[in-house]
Formats: sequence, C-alpha cells, structure tokens
Amino acid sequence: MSESAITLHDTELGADQAPAITGGRPGKSARRAKDVVWYLFLTLISLVVLFPIYMTLVRALSTPAAYINEGLPLYPVKIEWDIFRRAFETGDMGQKMIVSGVSTAIIAGAQLVTSVLAAYAFAFLRFPFKRVIFVLTMATLMLPIEVTLIPNITNVRNWGLLNSYAGLTLPFLATAFGIFLIRQGFLGIPKDLLDAAKLDGYGHFAFMIRIAVPVTRPVVASFAVISLLAAFNQYLWPRAVVSVAQWETVQIGLKSLVASNVEESNIGFAGALIAAIPVLLLLIFLQRHLIRGLTAGAVKG
Amino acid sequence: MSDVPAAPPRKEAVPPGSGRPAFLRPAALRESGLFLLFLAPAITIFAVFFFVPLARLVHFATYQQNRTGTAERYRGWGQVGDVLTGDEFREGLSHTVSYVLYTVPPGLILGVMLAVAANRRLKGIKAFQAIFSSTLATSVAVASVIFFVLLNPQIGYFRVDWLSDPDMALFGVSLSSIWQNLGLTFIIVLAGLQAVPDELMESATIDGAGPVRRFFRITLPLLSPTLLFLVVVLTVFAFQAFAQIDILTSGGPAGSTETLVFKIFQRQQPIDLAEGSAMALGLFGITLLVTMVQFAILDRRVHYS
Repeated sequence: MSESAITLHDTELGADQAPAITGGRPGKSARRAKDVVWYLFLTLISLVVLFPIYMTLVRALSTPAAYINEGLPLYPVKIEWDIFRRAFETGDMGQKMIVSGVSTAIIAGAQLVTSVLAAYAFAFLRFPFKRVIFVLTMATLMLPIEVTLIPNITNVRNWGLLNSYAGLTLPFLATAFGIFLIRQGFLGIPKDLLDAAKLDGYGHFAFMIRIAVPVTRPVVASFAVISLLAAFNQYLWPRAVVSVAQWETVQIGLKSLVASNVEESNIGFAGALIAAIPVLLLLIFLQRHLIRGLTAGAVKG
Repeated sequence: MSDVPAAPPRKEAVPPGSGRPAFLRPAALRESGLFLLFLAPAITIFAVFFFVPLARLVHFATYQQNRTGTAERYRGWGQVGDVLTGDEFREGLSHTVSYVLYTVPPGLILGVMLAVAANRRLKGIKAFQAIFSSTLATSVAVASVIFFVLLNPQIGYFRVDWLSDPDMALFGVSLSSIWQNLGLTFIIVLAGLQAVPDELMESATIDGAGPVRRFFRITLPLLSPTLLFLVVVLTVFAFQAFAQIDILTSGGPAGSTETLVFKIFQRQQPIDLAEGSAMALGLFGITLLVTMVQFAILDRRVHYS
C-alpha cells in the first residue's frame, strides 16, 4: 500500500480495534514503537495482577520469621521445598481433598441430572400452568444459601446429617441456574430435528438421551464446568455443616491452617496454593466451556 | 314430507374420551405424568431446601425459642420489626452496603480497563488475556489467604495496619474481592468488546473519530447489557460476602467487618434463631429490591441495537 496523501487521524490504526484499511498509515517504525509501548503496559498490568499469587508462593516457601528478618524481600528466604509435603501432613490436605472431591462430584453430577431432566420437561412437555411452575423454579435463584442458612442448618442438624456427605450436598442437588441454561439449549434445537425424531418414533426418554443432550453438548459441558467449580469452591455451607477436622473440605480447612499458628502460617499459604491447583487444572483444560457458559448470560448475539 | 323427525346430521367418528378436557386425554395424561416425573427430583430439592426454609424463616422470626430449642413463644411481626430496626441489623447492613460500594464500581472500571487493554491484535495477546483472567482460578477462600499474605498486620507483606484498624478493615478485606473479581469481569467484558462489530468501528474511524470518542460513543453503549449484567452479579457477590471476612478478620476488629451474612452465620443456635431469621429475611428483601431496582434503572440506560 502506498503512503497515500489521504491522512486521517489514523495514528491509532494498526494495533487498535480499527483495522488499518483506510488511507495513509503511519510508518512501520511508528507502529512498532506503539506496539512496544502496549507490550510494556500490558506486562506492567500483568505483574500487578500476578503479584498477590507470586507473593503467596514466596511466603509459602519461606518461614515467616526468617522472611521478616530479611526485611520482606521480593524473593523467598531460606526456602523449604518440603513445605508442600508438610501442608499435606500437618494440614491433612489429602483427606480434605477427598472430602472436597467426593462432595463436588456428588453435587455436580446431581445438578447435571436434575437440570437436564427438568429442562427437558420445561422445553418439550406440556403441562397445565407450566409457565407458573417455571417462574417458581426461577424464583429459587432469589433464595441463596446465605438467606436460607438458618433453617437449612437446623434441619440438617435435626436429621443428624452434620459432618456427612449428605449434609454437605443435599441442598445443592438441583439448581435453577442449570435448568435455565439447559432449557435454553433445548429450545434452540431446530424444529426439523424434533419432527424427524417424532417421525422416527422416538419416545421422550430416547430422544432426550440420544439426541437432545448430545446436540446441546456445548451448553451442557459449560454448565458442568461451572457446576464443578462452584461446588469445589463452596465455603459458607461446609463451614456450617462441618465441625470435626476429618470432614473439613479443602476450602474451609484453609482457615484453620492459616489463622491458627502465625509462626507456621507458611503451611497455610502452601495449602492455599495446593487448593488452587485442581481449579487451575480444570480451567486450563476446560476454560473454553467455562467462558462460553459465563458469557451466555451477558453478551447479546 | 315425512312425519319422522329428520335424523341428526352425521358426525365424524369421535375418539373415545373426547368429552373430557384436552389435558386429561390418555396421550396428554402420559405427557403430564412424564413432566411430573422429570421435574420431581428438582422440585423436591427446591421444596425442601428453598421454599420450606423460607416459610421456616418466617416462623423462626416471629417466634422466640428458648436456649435448648425445646420451647417457643409467639411474638409476631413486631419482633421482626424490632430486629430490622435494631443496631445489629443496621450495622450489618451498613457494612454490607459499604462492601458493595468498595467492590462493585472499582471492579467494573478495572475490568473494563483490562479488557480494553487486552482487546487488540498483538502477537501473544492470548498470554496476557490468560493472565488477566487467572484470578478466576481462585476460590474466595484462596483469594482470602492470598490477601492474608499481603495484609495481615503481623506478617503481611505490606506494612499496613488496615486489617486491625476498625475504620480500614472492611476496605482491606474488599481489596481481596476486587482482585478476585478481576478475572470474571475481564472475561465477560472482553467477550462483550469482541462482539462489537468491526464495521462499526471502521466506519467511525473513517468518519474521523479518535479512540476515546469511539469508546464512549460506540463501545460503551454496546457494552451496556454486559455491564448491567456485571453490576447485578458483582452486587449479589458483595451482598453474600462471608468467606473473606471469616478468614481475614473473623468479623473483627470490634465487629467492624461483620457483614449481614456473617451476622446470620453467628446466629445458628436456638436462642439466636429469631434474630438471625429476621436478618435473613431482611437480606432476602434487600437483595430482591436491589436487583429489581438495578434492572429497572439501568435497563432504561441500556442500548439494545
């Protein structure tokens, strides 16, 4: 492209959202300088965003006493690499991982099943006052566990379900959020597919399992990821349900790990990093689904 | 002319049972039965753990239990009113509202800034985008420990007394939420930005609009549904703040970080059920109100193309 005489206020072209299709462009070196500036700026922001995590790693690897003695440097002091092993032993992270893992699997699995079934009913089956029932279902979104904590914990206590998987998971076996998401997916199935299936003689159950769910797999997968994340990261309810150490989940275990003994708090810091690993892995491998699920409600079109 | 009355006009053969309303016919009945069957698991959970508890909240709030929970006396809605106008609730509400103000506006602004910065065609931009969304990988508990590392009065990295100063503690705690919300806000705003059609930006550039003008005249209005969604989500998060307070300050110092949920959590014993339940009802009402108001006010400002 020639350096045309048509110059606009085009100094932003090239690296910006507006593509460089119009008229005269700045010289190559000007554009490269601009890119460098952006790279620097983005790197700076990245350092700020990552600093808290970095500092946690630094503090996990150093004993608080030694670190403070050194004057709070930006690097670890007197590195104790076995801190992670110690977090597992002193902090019993293995046991906590098991409790967290099992309850997460129960909750996510149950939510998937109950949501798919209910979503199917709302999307494909007729029933008097179905609209009203749907609205009531969505209304549960206004009743989070923070509001219903007291009666639910009273019930769980009276039923003897404290410190148990049942106690940890029961209130969360179904969620209106999942029903909403998956129903949306089902409603998006092309009518031709429905008609063809009907002609082929599919019953509802077969249609749901063989066609509806596979066709909406992206939505279902997104919900599954969100469901897993939310269940694993729970804090309030496990904190209320659990009162003995061996039933602590990873999340609530962090509190005792960190706050109990300030001189040994680096064990807690290591524990927090360990606690973040499953989620990190989940996100690295499944972020596509997660992002799709999160943005479904926020972005038009 | 015959004196036999005319035979009634012949009707089409009518399927049996057609005299009943549509939804009672056999096929429809089967479908209704299936509907109930499919819905039963979810509805049962909702009934037992959502709706019945709501009713129980009303019951608990209007009765007073004794210490062991073996006896109760009816007190009526006056008791609820007393709690909602009392010091504890007002304190909790004030702390919660402060928490909303500390976390939502900064969260939105920072998220938009990050998204705008990372929404450009540079080589390796994906790496930056991954870094900016990384805080999504932290749970509230993990983020709280991370900020414990930074802000703890005894051993924190930053030599500040915020967490042990009643006037600054809540602000200190809110920093952990602002940081943690960055990932979520970034991802959602970025998606919103990427949905802005290129042609729109191109023609604006052709018309001579600079980046600032393009941002405020085109991008921001098109982002408004996304931003509305985020305002609601972040506000609800702030109203539900608990873990960060539990880990960073345990409600202290001097109760200056006790949000509504924290106060509710403290009232699980029979003797506190009345107060806690009234507070929970207050929280429910306020969340409902705020969400509806946000939708109403901001919805008018939202630009739907």
